[in-house]
Amino acid sequence: MKAFTVSKAVTALLLAGLVLLPLYSQLSGNIFILTLFTRIIILALAAASLNLIMGFGGMMSFGHAAYLGIGGYAVGMLAQEGVGSGFIQFPVALAASAIYALVIGALSLRTRGVYFIMITLAFAQMAYYVASGLARYGGDDGLTIYKRSDFSGLIDLGNRVQFYYLCLACLFGVIFVIWRIVNSRFGLVVQGLRSNEQRMQAIGFPAKRYQLVCFVISGTMCGLAGALLANNTDFVSPAVMYWTRSGDLMVMVILGGMGTLFGPVMGAVVFLLLEEFLSQITEYWALIMGPLLLLIVLFGRGGIMGALGRAGRG
Amino acid sequence: MAEPLLRVEKLVRRFGGIIATDHVSLDVAEGELHAIIGPNGAGKTTLISQLTGHLSPHSGSVLLGGRDITDLPAYRRCALGLARSFQITSLLLDFTAADNVALAAQAHAGTSFRFFANARKERGLRDAAHAALDRVGLAHRADVLVSKLSHGERRQIELAVALASKPKLLLLDEPMAGLGVTESQGMVKLLQELRKEVSIVLVEHDMPAVFALADRISVLVYGRVIASGDPASIRANEDVKRAYLGDQHVVTHHG
Repeated sequence: MKAFTVSKAVTALLLAGLVLLPLYSQLSGNIFILTLFTRIIILALAAASLNLIMGFGGMMSFGHAAYLGIGGYAVGMLAQEGVGSGFIQFPVALAASAIYALVIGALSLRTRGVYFIMITLAFAQMAYYVASGLARYGGDDGLTIYKRSDFSGLIDLGNRVQFYYLCLACLFGVIFVIWRIVNSRFGLVVQGLRSNEQRMQAIGFPAKRYQLVCFVISGTMCGLAGALLANNTDFVSPAVMYWTRSGDLMVMVILGGMGTLFGPVMGAVVFLLLEEFLSQITEYWALIMGPLLLLIVLFGRGGIMGALGRAGRG
Repeated sequence: MAEPLLRVEKLVRRFGGIIATDHVSLDVAEGELHAIIGPNGAGKTTLISQLTGHLSPHSGSVLLGGRDITDLPAYRRCALGLARSFQITSLLLDFTAADNVALAAQAHAGTSFRFFANARKERGLRDAAHAALDRVGLAHRADVLVSKLSHGERRQIELAVALASKPKLLLLDEPMAGLGVTESQGMVKLLQELRKEVSIVLVEHDMPAVFALADRISVLVYGRVIASGDPASIRANEDVKRAYLGDQHVVTHHG
């Protein structure tokens, strides 16, 4: 039981830190750290959504950044057309992501393994080039969002602290939903399919429709991250959908621990902090980051959460 | 005459030039234990796979309770009361024994598109799982991960999983495979109990077990049923003796 306490303690510490961060930022006058962590939380949300299909569902999607773009463009394009209400922008962002996931999933889930990875990657790259071609919405250069989503006084996204807590609430909400899902009937079926698809078919479960529903849930969640990210940067461009961003999300999930609830959050925090600090030290930060990640993945099987579990066992 | 529970008619399955299932016809009556035996490569597993829907036949038909299921996918057949065990153990290794069995029960107890309630706390499913585990004598191992169970225990879990779906017909593909002498005896005893509750098609190499258990035996050689009947008549059948004792002879016969 000691193993539990170590990883749980570290997780609790991390979550408490995230909750109290704005307080520290106010007291110390360090605004940068609040901006940095807003971004980290949004990408942690994206990583958590990817973890649902990758860690729990065994579906290695290499195109998850597409939803960041779809959610972001939904907000950006509506803002451009004069629809500034968040009550319209956010539902549209989620619906667009869900529809994209439904179509892509229905096609991709005909394949398995490497082919699934490649086809999800291909669709995301297609989305990237489509966005690059949207001349009305900035094309390659991206689209500046002059006014953040307006929630008619309910919450002000222009206020750094309020926006931070909105993102954090979304992250906690999504993790709560994932927690319920993975322990539900549906979640057990999806995890069973990851473990042994043939067996699940033999006891009477049609694999594809469960996996597709899971794929859509995950995509919708990531669309939410996209809508938040666009608000955070006041800008959306095709670059958020580029395949390297999908790769980053995968690394966060694997780094933190696939198939664990809080692993992706841990992974996102460590990954993005490393990126931030190493890039301050040297221009060639990727040369340090790469081997470092390799070491963690090679020797810390099960990612950070796995390593914490072992540390607890001594 | 009553409709047989399972009727297989002129089933044909080819792999390239090889005919693995060659116009196989057989009936399994309600309550019967029907064994299928045959030398290695006779096409037993190919036949079973066509019954479960993992492989589709090139011609012929499979009827379950009078209903044509030839073109139904595996999961639909399962819903109609056909359960199977695998020759090579196929379980969810990173799940506990109870989870493995409970999932089988879940597949037959309402929709699985429930996203919020904790499935491990559903009394109905847990009780069904424990009942099935108890049936195969593994209730005390319910909360152990399958990857930590012995081979023999996994064979028993296979059976518990099949039972949990409350099947009309159980297709057992070599349930004794890889079991030790005492384990095999335990399995025979268990099957003797189970046959009172459910019709069984048994594919097995263990001859003493087959002759002890079966009501009827069909002998498969090179994809064909060369004999079908009660154990005594199979024991006396000349073709069967030749197939088992002198393979050479049969090969030349086939030309």
